[in-house]
Amino acid sequence: MHTFEDVLKQANTCGDYRPVVDAIPYAKLIGLDFERFGEDVIFKLPNNPDNIGNPILPAVHGGVVGGFMELAAAIHLVMFMDTPTMPKIVDFSLDYLRAAKGGRDTFAECQVVRQGSRVANVIINAWQTRREESVATARVHFLLAP
Amino acid sequence: MSEDNPYFGRAARFIGMLKHTQVLGMKIHAASAQSLTIELPYNISHVGNPSTGVIHGGVLTTLMDTACGTMVVNALPDIELCPTLDLRVDYIRAAEPNRSIFALAEAYRVSQNVVFTRCTVHQGDVNTPVANCVATFMRIGSHLSPPEFKQVILGEAQ
Repeated sequence: MHTFEDVLKQANTCGDYRPVVDAIPYAKLIGLDFERFGEDVIFKLPNNPDNIGNPILPAVHGGVVGGFMELAAAIHLVMFMDTPTMPKIVDFSLDYLRAAKGGRDTFAECQVVRQGSRVANVIINAWQTRREESVATARVHFLLAP
Repeated sequence: MSEDNPYFGRAARFIGMLKHTQVLGMKIHAASAQSLTIELPYNISHVGNPSTGVIHGGVLTTLMDTACGTMVVNALPDIELCPTLDLRVDYIRAAEPNRSIFALAEAYRVSQNVVFTRCTVHQGDVNTPVANCVATFMRIGSHLSPPEFKQVILGEAQ
């Protein structure tokens, strides 16, 4: 029986983070996926009727867009940190710029602005059609020390 | 009580139409002109850290966005569809696994164009919060809100 720490440690050693995502129930619930291109990672929230908020628009629930961005930032940090632990979220600031339309995939990219010994500051951009047409931008602080 | 309380009815119909809130399992706990509480029972599929069983921050974000948005529905004189402008959350302590979480929301200022809300997430004692948030919503006006949206909220949908 592997613990989640084992999964993180294993991913940290071999560089395959798929099992980490697979082990997180919330990632499975919203359907978070990712693709690595060398040092770059693009996260994907596939079109899923269960993620819809208002069905009249229809639009992805703003909370799901936020949750997707939060989780993407945490996994991004796990990928590029030396210590294999799940970072703890401290605060989160999210600006909604346009509706994330239902029936489309949503993508996100993260940038670690500053990583100290205890805290990391990460910004996240989410879009659907073009990177420049953000549906939301966010900033998150994580506590890194256990 | 819920039968005679128009705020409860509006709130319940609003979250009832939002697919993802139903997927998560949210239900209205209390509603008035001043405040609103949504309950979200613990569910293993909400977990963000499998080693602790603590639910993911994204679930709290969705709960708070929904609670503030539903409070906006109850704070306005007419039914208006108000998109979230921004949301800022402080995660104060981890939610205890296997217990419901409650989101208590208020609209503390309704201006001509913007509604300002705040929300506290707790697990039974509001003085021991799990998370706090402030969220602002844009008013697009009753006349620009889809008629079918109004009908659902008012319980007039066929």
